[in-house]
Amino acid sequence: MSGSSYYRLRRIKDVIVRFMVYLALLIALIPLFSVIFEVARRGIIAINLDFFVKPTPTVGEVGGGIANAIQGTFITIGLTCLIGVPIGVISGIFLSEYSESRFSTIIRFFNEVLNGIPSIVIGIFSYALIVLAVGFSVIAASFALSIIMIPIVTRTTEEALKLVPATIREAAIALGMPRWKTVVYIVLRSAKKTVATGILLAIARITGESAPILVTMGYWRWWFAGLNRPVANLALNIFLFANSPFENWVVLAWGSALILIMMVLGINIVVRILMRERY
Amino acid sequence: MSTYKIEVEKLNAWFGSKQVLKNIDMKVKDRAVTAIMGPSGCGKTTFIRCLNRMHELTPGARVSGRVLLDGINIYDDGIDPVQIRRKVGMIFQKPNPFPMLSIYDNVALGPKLNGVKDRKTLDLIVRRSLELAGLWDEVKNDLDKSGVSLSGGQQQRLCIARALAVEPEVLLMDEPTSALDPMSAAKIEALIRKLAENYTVIIVTHNIQQAARVSDYVAFFYLGELIEYGPTKDVFEKPRSELTERYITGKFG
Repeated sequence: MSGSSYYRLRRIKDVIVRFMVYLALLIALIPLFSVIFEVARRGIIAINLDFFVKPTPTVGEVGGGIANAIQGTFITIGLTCLIGVPIGVISGIFLSEYSESRFSTIIRFFNEVLNGIPSIVIGIFSYALIVLAVGFSVIAASFALSIIMIPIVTRTTEEALKLVPATIREAAIALGMPRWKTVVYIVLRSAKKTVATGILLAIARITGESAPILVTMGYWRWWFAGLNRPVANLALNIFLFANSPFENWVVLAWGSALILIMMVLGINIVVRILMRERY
Repeated sequence: MSTYKIEVEKLNAWFGSKQVLKNIDMKVKDRAVTAIMGPSGCGKTTFIRCLNRMHELTPGARVSGRVLLDGINIYDDGIDPVQIRRKVGMIFQKPNPFPMLSIYDNVALGPKLNGVKDRKTLDLIVRRSLELAGLWDEVKNDLDKSGVSLSGGQQQRLCIARALAVEPEVLLMDEPTSALDPMSAAKIEALIRKLAENYTVIIVTHNIQQAARVSDYVAFFYLGELIEYGPTKDVFEKPRSELTERYITGKFG
């Protein structure tokens, strides 16, 4: 084979591979952008002042909003964090700082298993444990969501702490700092942005969870009325409203979807910013 | 009472099954600079890490023997290693200021965590420690800047100030100038001489000239054994061991 035809063949292969790579990228991006486009197009109609300040309309009422669902989503996320963040962060600290044994390998394995359990199963678990005792409630939903949150926060915290250089730990220990102070004031503090990033990613994940909420929270179209009662929820709004026969509710479903996407997108943008300015 | 600050008796140290220190007996003079020299892997860093109980923090590491600090064995049951490390400060090979803390907080952190809360007292400790470390004039207007914004030599003096702030009696230095340029290294060496007026300084170095310049006593380690130990002048002028002589004349190491 002559040199130039070999070269041409190589160029053709290069072009084909390039074309395939870009095509794959395009195909991968089409669903993302069409979802965002469609949700924005239909959701934007719902957005006005009432949308943010009024609760779910009663049947036959015109207009209405999703203020109660926004309130409920924040309350649910807040309570979930209250349970999930301390347990997750402390478990991560344990795995990174306190265990050198096979025990930690086992814990790490179970943590991964927990991370892989379908969320509906966790929902049913919370149903059996809490809903049957307390009833459909914020507590039951937050309990289920925190079980989803814990393994994510545990893993990201462990990884964040392991990135803190050993020299920093040694400096603190050599100053005569007890181990727990070294861990809290030095190691955790050095890694706080990475730890926060992990927590935010976990929040982004649970914000969109709907299956476990469906089986633990149930339907509620009023304002927050106590932790042992349900609250409205954005993800659930989409499911319930989209299935309803009322036109203004369907519009609210699209609006809820838009707000949900914006929230998750917002969290991801904050994560990006945090990751960029480490230290 | 002897004038020895630290008395090491039959000290052995291991990493797993590998013995890195063999039966070390050594008495360290108070308020003097003692240099530990020897080729790489001779156990000199391990030796000083045994003096503030840092060695045992490495997984699989083990120590036997006695280390007396002011006559008290720091390896006795019931001795808190945390208390020992407050008396025996350490400076590391690579300057390691806390990157998320300001210059002020790097120095103030130790006393703060030991219970000093009064702002004026802290200010005083920070100023005195930085002055002692010869860094005050260079950083007094930038106390709230990050510790890692300083040059390498300044960072190392900041680490010295940080160690001094918890009021130790002994300072262990693990090749404190090996990551620095000659000018910065010279400053640190002068500082070490000054610190010896009030502190017991033990410095590990692989730089033979530095050991000769900076120390009052010098110990030569080789393959985990203490080969020779005595006043610096004596060891350099008429070494008793042939091994020492070959090392200080640069024939190996």
